[in-house]
Amino acid sequence: MGVYLDHAATTPIFGVAADAMHDALLKVGNPSSLHTEGRSTRKAVEDAREVIAQAINCLPSEVIFTGSGTEADNAAIKGLYWKSDKKVILISAIEHQAVLDPARWLVAHEGAELIEIPVDNTGVIDLAFLKEVIAKRGNEIALISVMHANNETGVIQPIAEVVNLAGDIPVHTDAIQSFTKVPLSYKDLGVTSLALSAHKVGGTLGIGALILRRAYEIPALLHGGGQEREIRSGTLNAPAIVAFAVAVTSDQFDASKVKELRLKFEAGVLDATPDAYINGASAERLPGISNITFPGTQSDSLLLLMDGEKVSCSTGAACSAGVHRPSHVLLAMGHSEITAQSSLRFSLGASSTQADVDFALSVLPTVIERGRAANKK
Amino acid sequence: MKIIAAMSGGVDSAVAAARAVEAGHEVIGVHLALASNPQKYRSGARGCCTIEDSHDARRAADKIGIPFYIWDMAEEFHDGVVENFLAEYAAGRTPNPCLRCNEKIKFAAVLDRAKAMGFDGVVTGHYARTEIGPKGKTLHRAVDPLKDQSYVLAVLTTEQINGAIFPLGDTEKIDIRKEAEARGLAVAQKPDSHDICFVPSGDNAGWLRDRLGGEVGPIVDQSGKKIGEHKGAYTYTIGQRKGLGLTVPAPDGSPRFVLKIEPVSNTVVVGAREDLAVSKLLGEKTIWCGPAVGSGAQRGFAQVRAHGSALPCTYYYDGEKLIAELDDPLLGIANGQALVIYDGDRVVGSATICESA
Repeated sequence: MGVYLDHAATTPIFGVAADAMHDALLKVGNPSSLHTEGRSTRKAVEDAREVIAQAINCLPSEVIFTGSGTEADNAAIKGLYWKSDKKVILISAIEHQAVLDPARWLVAHEGAELIEIPVDNTGVIDLAFLKEVIAKRGNEIALISVMHANNETGVIQPIAEVVNLAGDIPVHTDAIQSFTKVPLSYKDLGVTSLALSAHKVGGTLGIGALILRRAYEIPALLHGGGQEREIRSGTLNAPAIVAFAVAVTSDQFDASKVKELRLKFEAGVLDATPDAYINGASAERLPGISNITFPGTQSDSLLLLMDGEKVSCSTGAACSAGVHRPSHVLLAMGHSEITAQSSLRFSLGASSTQADVDFALSVLPTVIERGRAANKK
Repeated sequence: MKIIAAMSGGVDSAVAAARAVEAGHEVIGVHLALASNPQKYRSGARGCCTIEDSHDARRAADKIGIPFYIWDMAEEFHDGVVENFLAEYAAGRTPNPCLRCNEKIKFAAVLDRAKAMGFDGVVTGHYARTEIGPKGKTLHRAVDPLKDQSYVLAVLTTEQINGAIFPLGDTEKIDIRKEAEARGLAVAQKPDSHDICFVPSGDNAGWLRDRLGGEVGPIVDQSGKKIGEHKGAYTYTIGQRKGLGLTVPAPDGSPRFVLKIEPVSNTVVVGAREDLAVSKLLGEKTIWCGPAVGSGAQRGFAQVRAHGSALPCTYYYDGEKLIAELDDPLLGIANGQALVIYDGDRVVGSATICESA
């Protein structure tokens, strides 16, 4: 059995969620149908919607189910832009591709202007920069998007301050990594929209949600049956939605336990490789994500060697052909291309154990030694 | 042994990896991304390093049941192979980039990295054989004469050969395809790659002209008299007859051939067919693929093209250059081509041709 330290990529589905999904899969009924079977499935979906709404502290009608977190981000970025007559999109430099790429697409195809909010070397956005841009060009800004916590470093961003500075400008936040890991309240944050994904929280792949303010309509990405407030069409994925709700309420992610394991892991890494350093170490971070630079190595060598020792972790970015690329997040934090490509992300989840951490630490010295020897750059 | 299988996405490297697994090795598949912009799709039988190739390699690894990774060697490939290719043409020579790739990438950058990471060697789908003899591991021709790739491997030192595994050398290509089919590898009928992988259009002359410029210059006869104009000296090949665009006929009316390319004066020299003939080849940058050769003349075979004939010759090393005296003269030799010496089917060594007479 291997040691899985890539929970930020996807975490194992919880048994209770898989069971609920299995039962739901065996039931017939399109939730939009008017007959008994349809109503039964619809009830399951609406029950789940209420559960998820409660977990994120929004109204049930504010939950729009999507096919993925990426779709939720795309729907928000494009929808908020299309709704506005303004042209400036203001996003953080460390956004996930699901936000970055639609924003760039709007620049290339729809005449948008993109301004990126820089981050400091701990990975936190520069609020002074944001304030200045809003002061100078506030009346030109269509939307602001800043992720709640970064997927590569786990660094948590000051969303409440962003919303405060934004005033009337719509704010979207990608909260995919934060949901169920740290306290998260849509209502308290005051954002216009927020993206979630089920497979990061013990649900299944293929289901996400856009939380969008009640009665706030945006143009749709997908047109069809209009199932979700006319903002998202497509037959609702009832089994996945049911499993999502079960995962969210099963309370299996023990944040303090995960954080303790992560701290032990980081201490062990620094003990074994004194020149290694943790990215965003001094910032407030998610409990389970640790991004570590190992000077003098290449991440793809390290990943291969870790994988060979049955420890799964992540190098961050890769192009569509699978070639490893320096992470834009680490570059934004001031890394050089070389140090950005000497970094690995380890992410712990609900099922992580002390034995996992101990095993990963036991193989690390050999991996780092070989990784250094293999590094000719 | 723990070995890295270099998997291009083609049928040969897939079968080679599968055979290595069957031979009991612990094998890890690696696809080398050699193009800095691999977001391109294959057209026809040309090109490598495309998304399709990395996908094919990954699916072959899945079928074989081995781990699979992508190694980014684009920078090494550009510096060691593409730049060298351009520099050689700019200097009026005719290089073979496949040799350079084996010398600098597959059995250098990749093998070194593999060894540093705790692996024992690299397995590839090249058609060649190795033998363990009294003087160590040696490199030999493959049994399939049409596919034999020992020529492009003749830049490997004994140490590199020691780290190389060529499982396909004992089999004919047609049987490799059948074997791939039987193993359920989807690439069984994938066309062979041809041409130069980093010139996806196959238009070498155009590719060179785009990068080295197409400065017009004189075409002269052997007396130095200008008889035409060329559009970039690099785009011509020694022995080339067609496409010279000469309007002044030769005195005897016979066809004219490119004899020489002089990059400094940007001149192309043409002459009669018999003036192309050479019988002595001198090569620099000699590499021994086994025991070194001394100054004593020995009988063997010379080969100057990847799929050229083995030419009977006498060869020796004068301390500086590898020299081959051919029994029968040869037409159209360009500097920069590799001179590979064989002792029977064993590769003795190679050198880069720098002079011929």
